Amino acid sequence: MKKDAPWVMRTYSGHSTARASNELYRLNLSKGQTGLSVAFDLPTQTGYDSDHPIARGEVGKVGVPVCHIGDMEMLFAGIPLGQMNTSMTINATAAWLLALYIATAERQGVDPKGLQGTTQNDIIKEYLSRGTYIFPPEPSLRLISDTITYTVAHIPKWNPVNVCSYHLQEAGATPVQEVAYALCSAIAILDTVRASGQLGEAEFAEAVGRISFFVNSGIRFIEEVCKLRAFSQLWDELTRDRYGVTDPKLRRFRYGVQVNSLNLTEAQPENNIPRIVLEALGVTLSKNVRCRAMQLPAWNEALGLPRPWDQQWSLRIQQILAYETDILEYEDIFDGSRVIEAKTDEIKRAAWAEVERVMEFGGVIAALDYIKEQLVASHTERVRRINTGEQIIVGVNKFTETAPSPLYTGDSSAILKVDEAAEREQIARLRAFRAQRNQAEVTAALAALREAAVSGANIMPASIRCAHAGVTTGEWGQTLREVFGEFRAPTGIRGVTVASRNEGPVATQLEALRARVRRVADTLGRPLKVLIGKPGLDGHSNGAEQIAVWCRDAGMEVVYEGIRLTPEQIINSARDEGVHLVGLSILSGSHLRLVPEILAGLRDEGLGHIPVVVGGIIPEDDAEQLRRAGVARVYTPKDFEMVRILSDMVDVAETVAEHA
Amino acid sequence: MTATTRRRPLEISALLRFERQAIAAAVNLLEDRRPERQEQARALLDELAVLPVPAHVVGITGPPGVGKSSLISRLIARAAQAGKRVGVVAVDPSSKVSGGALLGDRGRMHVPPHAPVFVRSFAARDRLGGLSREAFSAVFLLRHLCDVILIETVGVGQSETDIAHIADTVVLVVQPFSGDLLQFIKAGVMEVPDILAVNKADDTTLARKAVAEVTAALSLERRSWARPVLAVSATTDLHIDALDAAIAAHYHHLRTAHVLDTRRAEQMVEWVVSEVMYELGRVGLAALGGSTGIHTLLERQPATWGALRRLAALVQRVEYRVTGEL
Repeated sequence: MKKDAPWVMRTYSGHSTARASNELYRLNLSKGQTGLSVAFDLPTQTGYDSDHPIARGEVGKVGVPVCHIGDMEMLFAGIPLGQMNTSMTINATAAWLLALYIATAERQGVDPKGLQGTTQNDIIKEYLSRGTYIFPPEPSLRLISDTITYTVAHIPKWNPVNVCSYHLQEAGATPVQEVAYALCSAIAILDTVRASGQLGEAEFAEAVGRISFFVNSGIRFIEEVCKLRAFSQLWDELTRDRYGVTDPKLRRFRYGVQVNSLNLTEAQPENNIPRIVLEALGVTLSKNVRCRAMQLPAWNEALGLPRPWDQQWSLRIQQILAYETDILEYEDIFDGSRVIEAKTDEIKRAAWAEVERVMEFGGVIAALDYIKEQLVASHTERVRRINTGEQIIVGVNKFTETAPSPLYTGDSSAILKVDEAAEREQIARLRAFRAQRNQAEVTAALAALREAAVSGANIMPASIRCAHAGVTTGEWGQTLREVFGEFRAPTGIRGVTVASRNEGPVATQLEALRARVRRVADTLGRPLKVLIGKPGLDGHSNGAEQIAVWCRDAGMEVVYEGIRLTPEQIINSARDEGVHLVGLSILSGSHLRLVPEILAGLRDEGLGHIPVVVGGIIPEDDAEQLRRAGVARVYTPKDFEMVRILSDMVDVAETVAEHA
Repeated sequence: MTATTRRRPLEISALLRFERQAIAAAVNLLEDRRPERQEQARALLDELAVLPVPAHVVGITGPPGVGKSSLISRLIARAAQAGKRVGVVAVDPSSKVSGGALLGDRGRMHVPPHAPVFVRSFAARDRLGGLSREAFSAVFLLRHLCDVILIETVGVGQSETDIAHIADTVVLVVQPFSGDLLQFIKAGVMEVPDILAVNKADDTTLARKAVAEVTAALSLERRSWARPVLAVSATTDLHIDALDAAIAAHYHHLRTAHVLDTRRAEQMVEWVVSEVMYELGRVGLAALGGSTGIHTLLERQPATWGALRRLAALVQRVEYRVTGEL
């Protein structure tokens, strides 16, 4: 048989500024990468300009800031967009970034009709897991629908939506839940498109054919193969039965993948390389459900931002798989396997039952609370199994002895440091850009955008006009915020408990901890009360949710404030609520900016006695700096034993109380 | 921060200036179960008892997930805009197994950072979904410091009654497309609210149907206050002005009908009765002449907390002697 073509090879990247990211992209392409995967920073993802107060410390941290067409042009300078396949991880502001991309192509002299790539554009998993949502469900779905109907007509090779099961798995989803909830999200999107009446029957079938998925691949890679086969069959049946798509090509399950980052460990980080390889096998071995595009995390992601060399190593894994091994030379090697078929069937059946359950709620939006609770419960179960040792993680809860690693000595030389000057450079550039644009055109373009938002006309043409006029990300976001309002997603932690399913040593430890929490309450005169919150724009709330649930089950009163808090909000809450301890979770790398600001604010309010603990992806050098600034404890991914973390937090609160 | 500054006795003037750190400290004190702190708390309540009560106390109740916190967020914005001092008391259930609680409502409330707004979350502790002793005390404290107090409780039956014991105006929040309405009507919960808000009313057909159902449920009775049923949406700010106006109108009604003072006096009696029960039990309450006795006592002497505390201490000593002799 003819050798299959390899998948598109990408690396999820972008940081600091458009200029720095452009250099990185060109370097990656020169190494044999065949597509781009743009990581945007959190202000861009949540519709704020780099100089907005809430963007402080977040600019250029987890991705590249793109405030206007000048940034977008610089990001792709020297990269002909007509020949590129670009994936953009962008959701709430997807319509806007797509508009900027189209406008940039036009300025490069490229006909948008030929553009290829993907906008992630899946808001539901943002509500459930990733946290960079802005608007309520209804207008959010409408924006997604607008990008679909627009691209079907004008950019036929574009994938307007990557329905994500990826982040559901990170939030705790089992393979069954991953498949089920992603399908439910796809249904919500396609139902909206159909109801919009913007497409005829044939065009709608085309739109169904443009829906692609973004999946996760975990270490249990045989089960992952079965998951993808189940996923593919269900999608085929769903698009045929629910949407009446007759052309099998338009019912094909197409997906891109990023293999699991959640199980990458900080302890013995070199072990992550075999993990990544095995997870990559899960999405490449079976020809019929092979991924269309792949990006692999770097071995040191649990430590901080990977360097270009770390990303190169991951790209080389892809290239070895595709060009050295023989996986592309065979028909589907699992066809005819009874074992694989049985497992596939099992996942398929269970996933469909769960889809029907969600449909009984009235669909994925009506079931958000339910689904979020299911995910938090699954994640809690996972954490519990790791804590009891039922689930083995090599180097973490078993086989922990290690020789000194020549790759990583514990300092921050093995990760990339984002230049703190990048934020200043970006803001200066933004202000210069604002000063030179034609204000009358901006005003008119924004008025047209508002009108489209209100009237229900497709948002894309007005957005493209805004892009050319020099409108900024913050202005686009603010205009739509005013029309659509803002949303707050469920936290899902209320009904979940670790206690009831606990047996064995962890349960005993938790019971002992509860007794201790009660004693401390007697000393304090009232129950131990803690504040758990996430400052900044980072929406990855899984860790904070777990800490909140476990603290509650240890008998504490937990003020859980969720995501996207300003330092001021945290300080106000700590004061009003009379908490004994503040716990902050930050995964975006902005800890050195945000934490000292909060510490100073607490001191200014006369609350300097309240201890602050911080959890997140925090390199040891930074942790030391935070402790010197007054943070009582720093927890990182290598602290996985919940009871130990909690008990440590109680120690901190108790010590402070004794000295008060 | 040194121990000496933190232990500084609370100054009433700081509370009346709405210094939030002082208010927080006062609420901490009310929550503190250590005897010497209880003593100080009682003294503080006595000092406040003689001061006027400027606050309109509004209870917002309803089943989980109907959007009470978002609604409160909208009401906070309006009150803050009008330059009012706002106190918010949010109550969440406690876990029976661990005694712990997740207090998550605050996350859904947008509190303008520099406006005079004080938000405190309470665990219901032993009061299933209702107001704990500590939350009650906090409201009685905040009544003297705020222009408006918003109390959020999860409506599961018990709390509707609890909230009537403390609020001037009770708003019941429901949502369309839920079976809650029928349950409420059956459970007699409909007796309690002064205003009904059907939230998430962006879907007009469903909302209209729900409003009709509620209105029908209310129309059977005659009251001096015709209870309004409003279709609102916290998400899109739809008809929140009307809700705000209805809340103000009810307050106006209470004052012009001269029932506000009676209502509050009754609430005070109820609270003291429950505190007497807590401290002294049934025998103690009987010795004080029951509710009637408490009523008379309060009329003569509003600042009774210290006295109650002393009485309790006395009873404890008697009890000690008895056990000692036995």
